[in-house]
Amino acid sequence: MKPFTFTLRQEPSQRVDLSALTPDRLAGKSVAEIERIEIGTTRASIKAGDVFSIAEGDLKNVRYEGGSTRFDLVGARLLPGFSIHVEGDVGAQLGRQAKSGRITVSGSAGVYAASGNEGAHIEIGGDVGDLLAAPLAGELAGMSGGRVVVRGKAGARAGDRLRRGILIIEGDAGDDLGCRFIAGTIIALGKTSGRVGYLNKRGSIVLAARPDLPPTYVDCGPQNLTFAKVFARALEADSAGAAAVLSGRLQRFGGDTSVYGKGEILTPA
Amino acid sequence: MQGIVRNGVRIDDSFAEAFPMAATGVIVTAPTRKWANQAAQVATGYATSVIGCDCEAGVDCELSEDQTPDGRPGVRLLFFAFSAKGAEKALVNRVGQTILTCPGTALFSAFDGDLKIKIGDSMRQFGDKWQTSKAIDGRRFWRVPVMDGEFFVESQVGVLKKTVGGGNLLIMGADWESTMRATEAGVAAIHAVPDAIMPFPGGIVRSGSKVGSQYKGMSASTNDAYCPTLKGVTKTALEDDIGCTLEIVIDGLSDEAVRAAMRAGLKAIIDMGPETGAKRVGAGNYGGKLGPFHYHLKDLLP
Repeated sequence: MKPFTFTLRQEPSQRVDLSALTPDRLAGKSVAEIERIEIGTTRASIKAGDVFSIAEGDLKNVRYEGGSTRFDLVGARLLPGFSIHVEGDVGAQLGRQAKSGRITVSGSAGVYAASGNEGAHIEIGGDVGDLLAAPLAGELAGMSGGRVVVRGKAGARAGDRLRRGILIIEGDAGDDLGCRFIAGTIIALGKTSGRVGYLNKRGSIVLAARPDLPPTYVDCGPQNLTFAKVFARALEADSAGAAAVLSGRLQRFGGDTSVYGKGEILTPA
Repeated sequence: MQGIVRNGVRIDDSFAEAFPMAATGVIVTAPTRKWANQAAQVATGYATSVIGCDCEAGVDCELSEDQTPDGRPGVRLLFFAFSAKGAEKALVNRVGQTILTCPGTALFSAFDGDLKIKIGDSMRQFGDKWQTSKAIDGRRFWRVPVMDGEFFVESQVGVLKKTVGGGNLLIMGADWESTMRATEAGVAAIHAVPDAIMPFPGGIVRSGSKVGSQYKGMSASTNDAYCPTLKGVTKTALEDDIGCTLEIVIDGLSDEAVRAAMRAGLKAIIDMGPETGAKRVGAGNYGGKLGPFHYHLKDLLP
């Protein structure tokens, strides 16, 4: 069955909040009803029908033909069994607090992508903005589950306060990757900069290229870690590069010793 | 005893009687085959009969590098006990004593089962707060630092509540050598059957038992009817040409697994024929009073 499709008519005149257009919230609604859903974020009204032409289809799979950097909150609070694909770019907070399901974006995503993600599998073909998988201001923890794959570059503070789940960044990562890391796994294949793993409590950061590490990380020597081999197999389908790094022998740096010191940075030995 | 004859081997018109058990399964891996097998050997050691020890355990199969979760050589072990609680106690003790301690090993759940028992969740405290957990694809693991690196162990393993213990074959031959030859062929054939183990030494029991004893307080004693050394002085089940009896005991994750195992064992024994192997095959039962599973030999013939 064909996916339920939203085709972009024209770039919206303001930022739009697409959290109302996830499959579970569209169930049982007619096209006319969906077209009347208010998605504007300013006082000037803007409705789904103004931005998209809508073609009915299988609501388990929603497809956006054409994206925009003004599309905020795509796939927010997505539920298990659903999938969303965006052919193009998206704006801020992609997959915000998604429970499960699958979200793919062929283009790039804005700030706070996968923020508070609880279990969704999110794949971004292009780059992402700052604060990937991070908590919003006032929240204590960032992403708490799921898997995020970024084919391009990530902005600053990716994985801030990450609590559970796996983050794969195939391109370069911005400053302070994995800062205030609580637990989980971050894999970065490109270059990293700034204070990597700053205040990392017990998370694992896997880096294909070893940067100058902060002095609060301690060299534990080269290791053959079974967990890395299991991860390598599980991640093979999502990122052959990440799997390759994990399959090899890894140099372990324990830290951040300025907090618990139970975390680690792993790089090829 | 009037029986059926196949390839010259007499088959008793009898049945093996088996009873319900709870079972759990684990996959143990190690850097080399030697250490995977070493772990398997110690983990399943002294686990022959629940009457005398905490569980019945054995190697279900060896796993190659591409069949294990971490790409290392492994073994699939099955543990059977009278209850899920008993299985948990036995497994936690055994893993703590033999898998945690064995160099290079990691442990994974072999199946989801009807319920879960905590294994990594019990082992993790060995890490003295240096342990960390990892979740992947809905499964949770513990990384426990140990002196050769890390012990990687799944937090919980599955238990199947309705499995079968006590499927068996009695192999009778002219002497020890020929009976053993046939029995070993049976054991080898049963090893190839998935989801079934033979918990006794090398898969074989020589001390088949009957219920009760002439001594007070003994619940079981030697099955004198099948002892060749008592032929004639006791009420024997053996003919003149039988000089030795050996037994294969089978525990399986399902009724079908035990059935398939007994069928494979019978075929191998019958194929060998009476000249070099067994002259007669029987099965152990207690008249149907022990358990609900009955495996009639005549239904399992090749």
